[in-house]
Amino acid sequence: MVTETQNKQAVMNAVEAAIKEHGTSREELIPILNDINRKIGYLPQEALEEVSRRLRLAKSQVFAVTTFYRMLSTKPRGRHVIQFCESAPCHVVGGREVWETLQDILKISEDETTPDGKWSLVTTSCLGICGVGPVIVIDDDIYGNVTPEQIPDILARYS
Amino acid sequence: MAFYRSHVLVSVDPGCLAKGALEVIDALHDELVAQGLVDEVQVLETSRIGDPVQYGPDMMVYPEGVHYANLSVDDIPYLVEEHFLKGRIVEKFRAKEITVADEELGAPKPKEVRIVLRNCGKIDPNNIEDYIAEGGYMALAKALSEMTPEEVIDTVLRSGLAGRGGAGFPTGKKWQFARNSSDPVKYIICNADEGDPGAFMNRRVLESDPHSVIEGMIIAAYAIGAQQGYIYCRAEYPLAVKTLNIGIQQAREFGLLGENILGSGFSFDLEVRQGAGAFVCGEETALMASIEGRRGEPRPRPPFPAVKGLFGKPTNINNVETYAVVPQIIVNGAEWYASMGTENSKGTKTFALAGDVKHTGLIEVPFGITLREIVYDVGGGIKDDKKFKAIQTGGPMGGCIPEQYLDLPVDYKSLASVGSIMGSGGMIVMDEETCMVDIARFFMEFTQDESCGKCVPCRVGTRRILEILTRICEGKGRDGDIETLEELCREISSTSLCGLGQGAPNPVASTLKYFRHEYEAHIYEKRCPAKVCRALITYEIIAGVCTGCTVCARNCPVNAISGERRQTHHIDPDICIRCGICMQVCNFNAIRIN
Repeated sequence: MVTETQNKQAVMNAVEAAIKEHGTSREELIPILNDINRKIGYLPQEALEEVSRRLRLAKSQVFAVTTFYRMLSTKPRGRHVIQFCESAPCHVVGGREVWETLQDILKISEDETTPDGKWSLVTTSCLGICGVGPVIVIDDDIYGNVTPEQIPDILARYS
Repeated sequence: MAFYRSHVLVSVDPGCLAKGALEVIDALHDELVAQGLVDEVQVLETSRIGDPVQYGPDMMVYPEGVHYANLSVDDIPYLVEEHFLKGRIVEKFRAKEITVADEELGAPKPKEVRIVLRNCGKIDPNNIEDYIAEGGYMALAKALSEMTPEEVIDTVLRSGLAGRGGAGFPTGKKWQFARNSSDPVKYIICNADEGDPGAFMNRRVLESDPHSVIEGMIIAAYAIGAQQGYIYCRAEYPLAVKTLNIGIQQAREFGLLGENILGSGFSFDLEVRQGAGAFVCGEETALMASIEGRRGEPRPRPPFPAVKGLFGKPTNINNVETYAVVPQIIVNGAEWYASMGTENSKGTKTFALAGDVKHTGLIEVPFGITLREIVYDVGGGIKDDKKFKAIQTGGPMGGCIPEQYLDLPVDYKSLASVGSIMGSGGMIVMDEETCMVDIARFFMEFTQDESCGKCVPCRVGTRRILEILTRICEGKGRDGDIETLEELCREISSTSLCGLGQGAPNPVASTLKYFRHEYEAHIYEKRCPAKVCRALITYEIIAGVCTGCTVCARNCPVNAISGERRQTHHIDPDICIRCGICMQVCNFNAIRIN
């Protein structure tokens, strides 16, 4: 119970901080959701409800926006999110092998989280760094020219 | 204070210390004493000069600015005698120029003309003074002090600049529409939502030369009378967002943004808006919806943004590249810009050249250059000297152009005439080993996934096309599929709401037109001519060439290969998953695809 209360408090704090930063006008909705998503890792229902109350927007509106954008998640994410670029330039230089290795090692597929809550695996659209493909991004760290052999070493850097 | 005629800075970073930098310093000091130069040459310790792995121990000698590298104690007496006593630079100790490979943007290749990319990689993007030193903000000063807004618009109009986001609408005309609106509140937007896979021209400009875009936007705002501007940048480009924010902050500090810019009485400010991952937001009406905090869904036009745009106000929206060339046009004049290009497309265009060419990366070429020149002169030809098959232009909504049109001069009209588009500037070169049905399927997968779902033709139609293409690639193509595809292409492009849906069938329509025989081979002969589609190929071991070395059998992930040592091996097609590993590991080229 304690952790649940703490979690709820963390969510409310994140909402509060985002609104303090951006204000409550409609055009700030996406920046606000982005901030909360970044801090909590996803957008829990309480967060969406609180945002809808504070911005005086229908819940359906907030939910509609949240589910439209790929980077906003309504599902809990792991402590570290691995983004894999699924675009053609990365695909043709060995991206598929990297993607398969990631799934093999973590034993999860796209858009899933490991049972210990450490890793989430998602795909992303082109990151525009096609000169160094295949590319993966873990949290904010970009890794280019990735080979399947490097993946265990890269993953070991995160606790 | 002692006066030295020469200063030597020796690198003492950990890498150089490990390689004996301190011993080198001691030897240098001893030798200078021995030669009686110790009062003329000062030795200082400094941090890293070059990469210690490549160069250490190394030193810089001033005032000449010579970089000596890979020095050992034994080199010092000769160096001191030659350089400090006789005044001769010792070439053999000089650091070899190790060019840091810029894989995106190398030195200009033959036939390139760099206007948009001129500062990229040359100036510090986080320092506005670097940009100003290269003539930056001169155009803004000229526009604000010597030109009326109408004159600015007239100059842009006469330059022939057209929308570099891909549609090619004359920029000056767009500005005129926004200018003519009587509404006192107007907005200006920079579309930096560069979503085409493999296209990164705009990212590079934003990260390497943000002020050219900021300056172009201020000039545009002055021309149309806008007070507030937004740069809508996709969230996948965090560094571009950061660089832009630094640039905007510095421009404010220099009085180039904000109230009363350069004392002209004109006020304007800029803000960066970040997307949240939606390809369709590159469409202008969807982009504005996203800035307003809504789902990024396009709406029908008219009304065009110049009449009713952001927050219902007149809005001018241009691409990154369009704004980035505006300052150049203002400084050098409309005639200068219009002197480059063709009858209907003026100036230069950046492209991201990718695929099977020798030199991939960013290029900037004048309009009118032929596709052949781009592939063979700028791109250096096809990799491994294979045969050219097609070039795909315009991103996922573009078409595939076959060899017969290689001598086509590139401009907006000519590309449209062969069923493709200019688009934002992606260019993918494909060699003979590319299956055109597979390529069409790949692009359709992308557009189908990115369709926002608002209008039926795009939402449902792209899915039907994808299903049929997938079936054909799996060897389950049926008689009548080609005709159905053609009908779908026609209807989706004529009835979809926005550019995404209207352009989505292009990869299919163009490959159906130019590579129809490949579709027919897949459907009627169950054969993939390029040997790509897995369901339509079999791997076979050639008897007589196979030495029975067992390498293939040991590497096969599904144990589909059998055979005794020193006997010809055999692949069981029912177990084989067509992964191709056997072919890669075979040392005798004994495996072929049928």
